[in-house]
Amino acid sequence: MIRLFKVKEKQREIAENSNGMPPTKKQSPGELRLNKDISELNLPKTCSIKFPNGKDDLMNFEVTVKPDEGYYLGGKFTFTFQIATIYPHEAPKVKCRERVYHPNIDLDGNVCLNILREDWKPVLNINTVIYGLYHLFTEPNHEDPLNSEAAAVLRDNPQQFGTNVKRAMGGGHIGQTAFSRCM
Amino acid sequence: MAQSTNSSSSSRSRDLDKLLLRPGHLVASTFEPGTQLRDDLEEYVKILVVGAGGLGCELLKDLALSGFRNLEVIDMDTIEVSNLNRQFLFRLQDVGKPKAEVAAKRVMERVSGVNIVPHFCRIEDKELDFYSEFSIIVLGLDSIEARSYINAVACGFLEYDSEDNPREETMKPMVDGGTEGFKGHARVILPGMTPCFECTIWLFPPQVKFPLCTLAETPRTAAHCIEYAHLIKWDEVHSGKSFDPDNPEHMQWVYLEASKRAELFGIQGVTYSLTQGVVKNIIPAIASTNAIISAACALETLKLASGCSKTLSNYLTYNGVEGLHTKVTEFVKDKECLVCGPGILIELDTSVTLKSFIDQLEDHPKLLIAGASVTHGRNNLYMQAPPTLEELTRSNLSLPLFDLMDKSSEGIVHVTGLAGKGDKKQSCLRKLRVAFKGVGGITDTDMAGGA
Ligand SMILES: [Zn+2]
Repeated sequence: MIRLFKVKEKQREIAENSNGMPPTKKQSPGELRLNKDISELNLPKTCSIKFPNGKDDLMNFEVTVKPDEGYYLGGKFTFTFQIATIYPHEAPKVKCRERVYHPNIDLDGNVCLNILREDWKPVLNINTVIYGLYHLFTEPNHEDPLNSEAAAVLRDNPQQFGTNVKRAMGGGHIGQTAFSRCM
Repeated sequence: MAQSTNSSSSSRSRDLDKLLLRPGHLVASTFEPGTQLRDDLEEYVKILVVGAGGLGCELLKDLALSGFRNLEVIDMDTIEVSNLNRQFLFRLQDVGKPKAEVAAKRVMERVSGVNIVPHFCRIEDKELDFYSEFSIIVLGLDSIEARSYINAVACGFLEYDSEDNPREETMKPMVDGGTEGFKGHARVILPGMTPCFECTIWLFPPQVKFPLCTLAETPRTAAHCIEYAHLIKWDEVHSGKSFDPDNPEHMQWVYLEASKRAELFGIQGVTYSLTQGVVKNIIPAIASTNAIISAACALETLKLASGCSKTLSNYLTYNGVEGLHTKVTEFVKDKECLVCGPGILIELDTSVTLKSFIDQLEDHPKLLIAGASVTHGRNNLYMQAPPTLEELTRSNLSLPLFDLMDKSSEGIVHVTGLAGKGDKKQSCLRKLRVAFKGVGGITDTDMAGGA
């Protein structure tokens, strides 16, 4: 058990004897785990990562995906990642920065990827998420739509879907909606 | 004959005196019963209550009535109407005022002799020195983030001797309470002796997250409608402005949007309080659960401070959903816990560069870590990957680690890399305690003598 009172004097002595350094703020366990994920990243050639706040803030970063096959070949898409201090207890928050024509990404950049929501587990890591994002572009699926119009076109008329994707990536309109140029 | 002439104060301490003035069998080894102990508790023990909500109100009242005179309370929230049913220190006219300030004032009005200092701010706004002042930190919180933060701060004061035994005088005990509806827990955390919050973070079940496409396309429940308004509709309407769960106007907006959506899909049950619950992941609080858990926490605090009984080891659960069930479980520490563990002690000359430190980790028998990345405090000293970070940190490799660690005689670094030999390499994250030879030698002998 703790000897609170005898400890009191001692605490003061230690404070005075320590080398005058105030206790320093440390990285949270979540940040440490994220550092581990980052230092072990093994990205496909189609993906790259940037840290806008420099080397000491890894909790906010950007991942760029350049698909090398499929409908989105030739495109370039940037995702912002926000990591919680209790990572990996909580999944990263990921959003697409461009407005993209995609069945699983809505017009505000929300992404429907199971491992970012219902299937996130602390054993997963940033590498898994980035691969997941890459696969969204090589294998868009119409079964989990966030953009139901795009999903319907992909399901019913894949050729038209391909044409629409090209037009959207060039910065054109699909119906009334303007898309970001991302080539 | 020892009866005080002040009858109200003697009746107040009558039950307490039975615990503090008489010897016992289940007491701590340090227990010294007597009036001196009672006086010392009043004079020297300083307790911080983190949170002035449902649990915090109960805690302040219970601790004040348990004879503690020096209390402080920290909370960043202001009082809302919906708090009044259980946060019994608050009145209608207090709505909008800081919880910490009103709670402190009310308890001081009712319990004579107690002094409560309120802090109306975020827990992260305080310097670490602020937390080091307290004998015991009592937590009445509802979020994992806040618990994790305080736990890291309290465990950050812990020091180990050269045999990896925790130095008692650096131990900052915590008593943590938590309630969710009819369920609750109370636990005692003695950093270095019992598991810390991080050792057992897996006890907290992961939050239920609905797939976004379900929210967008096929909502079936009231919670789906609320999450749709919160996660999808908010962004659609407020481009760029982020949602603040503590802003009642934002919450009201989400509630109204969720109601519209529920009507569209013929779904029942969207209410304002459910909206708050879903968005903030809060289960409705029950006043009686708060009272029970707080009482358990206050009692553990008294035991810790006085030694009048052994503390619970180390995790009490209470379940009042059907009948009543309580149980104490003794969880074990994670020896390699990054927060409360000792870390592996490494002694170095002040001239050792970061590069040669990283090389040494590969040959260290307890580590065998190849290709290490190194972090100190808030700084990433060296990152092996990705290339952009490697480039930014490369210049540190040739600098002495002593300089990179602010020329302190001792400090903590965290390393990640591949540990093990041959084919059995495994990625790992380890805490290391680096001590520099020939620096701060005087302090070392002092501590050895005291231990
Ligand atoms: Zn721990």
